[in-house]
Amino acid sequence: MELPVIGQMPASASGGGCSASACGSSGEQLSHLPEAIRAKVQDHPCYSEDAHHYFARMHVAVAPACNIQCHYCNRKYDCSNESRPGVVSELLTPDQAVKKTKVVAAKIPQMSVLGIAGPGDPLANPQRTFETFRRLSAEAPDIKLCVSTNGLALPESVDELARHNIDHVTITINCLDPEIGARIYPWVFWRNKRIFGIEGARILIEQQQKGLEMLTARGILVKVNSVMIPGINDQHLKEVSRVVKAKGAFLHNVMPLIAEAEHGTFYGLTGQRGPTAGELQELQDACAGDMNMMRHCRQCRADAVGLLGEDRGEEFTLDKIDEMDIDYEQAMAVRAQVRAGITAELNAKRAERADAEVASRPLPMAGEAGTRPIRIAVASSGQGLVNQHFGHAREFLVYEASTHGVRFLAARKTDLYCAGDDTCGDAESVLDRTIAALSDCEVVLCSKIGFEPWGRLEAAGITPNGEHAMEEIEAACAAVYGELAADGRLAATCDRADRAA
Amino acid sequence: MAFEIIETCVNCWACEPLCPNQAIVESRPHFKIVADRCTECIGDHDDPQCASICPIEGAIVDEFGEPLNPPGSLTGIPLEMAMSLLEKARRAQSRGETAA
Repeated sequence: MELPVIGQMPASASGGGCSASACGSSGEQLSHLPEAIRAKVQDHPCYSEDAHHYFARMHVAVAPACNIQCHYCNRKYDCSNESRPGVVSELLTPDQAVKKTKVVAAKIPQMSVLGIAGPGDPLANPQRTFETFRRLSAEAPDIKLCVSTNGLALPESVDELARHNIDHVTITINCLDPEIGARIYPWVFWRNKRIFGIEGARILIEQQQKGLEMLTARGILVKVNSVMIPGINDQHLKEVSRVVKAKGAFLHNVMPLIAEAEHGTFYGLTGQRGPTAGELQELQDACAGDMNMMRHCRQCRADAVGLLGEDRGEEFTLDKIDEMDIDYEQAMAVRAQVRAGITAELNAKRAERADAEVASRPLPMAGEAGTRPIRIAVASSGQGLVNQHFGHAREFLVYEASTHGVRFLAARKTDLYCAGDDTCGDAESVLDRTIAALSDCEVVLCSKIGFEPWGRLEAAGITPNGEHAMEEIEAACAAVYGELAADGRLAATCDRADRAA
Repeated sequence: MAFEIIETCVNCWACEPLCPNQAIVESRPHFKIVADRCTECIGDHDDPQCASICPIEGAIVDEFGEPLNPPGSLTGIPLEMAMSLLEKARRAQSRGETAA
């Protein structure tokens, strides 16, 4: 039995059938874009669900200053166990950043994207940010450049951004309503004054929207990030999604709030919770009707290095870089080769999927009883394969399999955040947390799994499965779904909630 | 008459480019204000620039040692809450270390 993979349907086929018209997998997500934009983003690890398994990215932390305060950020915080935006261990000068980028590009030839994301706001540090971009455009022309910003200083930076051929800008937009904004941003620094409350939020929102319009008018791609804060902007973000799409943003990325008391943030200390995986998903699905959604975002640190979901920053600290001797000319040649290989592989896979799509027929089991959708968690270290040991996985990719096919839903981190309490580093509790994070999944696919976690997962109603090791993720999910259906284990009445009860 | 940056400064660079007198210098363990050059922005700006962008409550003080941004004024976190919650987190952490 063959299941079509929704994320890989050709544009013509995906328009009508799938209710969530931007399901999140790359093909579907990107197929809605005009050809020129799709060509720009399809090999970008942050935007393309299949490219992120192959191409790597890095952030350089050259921008320490910020011009606003967000309630989810604490400028004092710097913990190397922690992985979230705005957090870094080592601040770089533009010169150091250029050197680091070139060293990483030589050591990790699949590195294709350099971003400046903080730890403050890149555009509040225009000299450092633009000097880095200026030099990299000249010295490493094959690397794509990106920047993310809170938007306050965006309108005044658009000319300079356009000059450096930066084709992707990410703006974090959490609201359109200043009253909501005042509950997220206590102050902004604007025209030589600190401006508090609703007035400050109003200025920020105005600048963000103006910057968005200016960028899209110049043909610079804009992605919008939003932090989902339950009870504050969760419902409002549907409106944000509609508006930013109308203004030309090509992708909307709704991310969960990260707030723990030990981070010392306003939200952390006042007990503001983040959304559950289910709440996040529901909002992403609700926004998807209006906007291309991004679901594989890993909320990388401002100094992250490597494939999405991994961080090799430790290998490239300043003192280590100093000792590395790089022949940059040769490295460029190797990079071009490696990239050509990856692009060929990706294109072959994309073509293969398109062919499979044309060949596929309505599913034999569609419409029969016993074919409810299920969620499957996958341990993968890249290449789009089920290829990671359960115990080594720091995140799981969650897919939904149904009679409509297989679609990617989200990446769930399990032990990436330093909880800072007595659970920190404890193997037992990491397993507990993994099980909790995957509680809505019925199967977990991995290359191998130990005896003890096997038993614990089964006891929690999640079936471990190592029989699809090294297979393509979507194909493996489809196969598992088919097996469960054949065994009569997908009766519509027996849903996850019933089983858990 | 001059402001001073004290040890709670996190070296974020936000103030440095704003000073109309180039009185702020990078320094370790934290940035410093060269007292001779600081005019508290009088004549240049309505508000002192360093203290208007500094994100850290208490990090910049006046000549009497009074913070220009007192606790609670920037983050909105009431001081007592911040202290008691941080204390709780610290206790939980040390319990964890003992258990391990």
